[in-house]
Amino acid sequence: MADKKLKIGWFSFACCEDSTMVWIELMNDRFFLWKELLDIKHARVLKRNNSMKGLDVAFVEGAITTESDARKLRSIRKNSKRVVMIGSCAINGMPAAQRNTFDEGTKKEIEFLIKQFKQADSVRTIKDIVQVDDEVPGCPMVEETFLQVLDKYLKEFGVKNA
Amino acid sequence: MHRGEDAEALEHAYGAGGGAQHIRLDNITKIEGHGSVDIKVRGGKVEYVKLKITENKRFYTQAIRNKPAISLPLMTSRVCGTCSIAHLTCCSEAVENAVGYVPSEQTLLLRKLSLYGMMIRDHALHLYLFCLPDIYGKDSVLDFDSSMDGMIKSAFAVKSAGNNLSKVIAGRAVHATFAEVGKFSHIPEKGDISNIVGQLKSVRDFAIEFIETFYKCDFRLERDIDFVSLVSKDYSFSRGDVEDSSGFCIIREKYKDYLNKVVIPYSQALGYKFRGREHMVGALARMNLNRNSIHPATRKDVAKPISAFPSKNVFHNNLAQAIEILHCIDHSIEILESHDFVAEKNDPVEIKAGEGVGLLEAPRGTLYYMLSIDKNGKASNGNIIVPTQQNQIGMEKSIVQMVEESDAVEHEPIEHEIEKLIRAYDPCMSCASHFLKVNWQ
Repeated sequence: MADKKLKIGWFSFACCEDSTMVWIELMNDRFFLWKELLDIKHARVLKRNNSMKGLDVAFVEGAITTESDARKLRSIRKNSKRVVMIGSCAINGMPAAQRNTFDEGTKKEIEFLIKQFKQADSVRTIKDIVQVDDEVPGCPMVEETFLQVLDKYLKEFGVKNA
Repeated sequence: MHRGEDAEALEHAYGAGGGAQHIRLDNITKIEGHGSVDIKVRGGKVEYVKLKITENKRFYTQAIRNKPAISLPLMTSRVCGTCSIAHLTCCSEAVENAVGYVPSEQTLLLRKLSLYGMMIRDHALHLYLFCLPDIYGKDSVLDFDSSMDGMIKSAFAVKSAGNNLSKVIAGRAVHATFAEVGKFSHIPEKGDISNIVGQLKSVRDFAIEFIETFYKCDFRLERDIDFVSLVSKDYSFSRGDVEDSSGFCIIREKYKDYLNKVVIPYSQALGYKFRGREHMVGALARMNLNRNSIHPATRKDVAKPISAFPSKNVFHNNLAQAIEILHCIDHSIEILESHDFVAEKNDPVEIKAGEGVGLLEAPRGTLYYMLSIDKNGKASNGNIIVPTQQNQIGMEKSIVQMVEESDAVEHEPIEHEIEKLIRAYDPCMSCASHFLKVNWQ
């Protein structure tokens, strides 16, 4: 067993969680390998007892649609040495950010829902709110790029030899 | 045991408000998307349960308006990652019905196979990663010790077979690339078919072992409710008409006429009743209504677990999913071994004004699409009703029944029991939150 593991968190905001699904599918062939290399401290999709304190890398999927999500994102940033944007929604806000492009009539139509559910005036990307270190584009994320980014941080944090 | 932020978010206010007990689960885990539950109990009676779908809205209903009809399936597949093939297929069917296009037999067969691949993968995710830890008293599949390595390998092998079946047939398991309105842009290669048949055969025994595990599981909550699903001759999720457990039958295009919309003010999703009553959609409903159409190879190997149906135990939704995995494996093998898939010249899809319905069984239950297309080929109206919206009221009522039947309400385990019960419904909050029809004209 590796002495040191990469402490990671996997977080989802407004999105379809397609990249979460790709991440879980990548485990089909890598579950035992990743168990050796990764300390998955936060992943709501996999466990109940989650902690985001002292993360090496936070992987963040989805767009930011509320102020409370923006606060949570800032807290993730504060607790993580590196933040990686995962997938189209995190990187460019789409498709959640389609509502930013609605005409006035349509905006008026959804106004009561925006108020009722305390949504922010506009949908923002992850980098609109916090500083980010990397990105894995795609809808869903491109598997090979994710594996390269993960490998980079495994080396950077001394979990794997460079 | 370390208690993290989500666990700390469980609030207890026992004794507050003159003997009332307040239970809150702020972030339900091991489900698809975001949801929470808020319950108040007084004197053993539940005063209220609020199941809140907290997934933030993305306003797809408005976003698809005035978009070219031919592009809609690509957009709406982004409603949900895990069941994206269901949205893609159902939306394609609605567009085809709106313009009067009839796809080829081969296209329909490829759709059937892509739905099977999705069912295997999606059910495997829910059963093996979300539910199995409950059976073994663990928080997570990550907490299993090395004595469970064999079981975990089997679980990922089954899931991988479903994932790869979707890749061979539809290009990708998540947001498939080959499936389009009217056709598949790529026909599976013979070598790939032979490989996937081998892989499906190699995981059959694992799928059977998991059926036994869920059959032996004694979780139980019996509900006297209507079960509703499509009923087809080959239990293939996409064809047939709708039936309920009383034998009431509805032609597929008319399904929505029998659903009653219920506004749930604290949830980002609408709820639905069926013919004015609480109903349940999903694998349990399908198994109750289609069990005589299970593939013969599946029936031969798991006859005893199948005999548990019809069932009113909502936890049997898990067992039904486990059996569906094997049925999907067996039917896929039969189709792949008995058909030659050839490049075919499909008639072009001529987009014109019209209205069409799509209906199929998504992993979590009956999925409904209605689309209107204007003379310019753009979407002018649309309505989408997803399974989790239909199960929302039932989930709340099941929680009430479970809490009132339990003597453990003053103890922390009740919160875990509530989570287990919600997980048995396999809700998908991403799907549920994105449709609210408002003033659409």
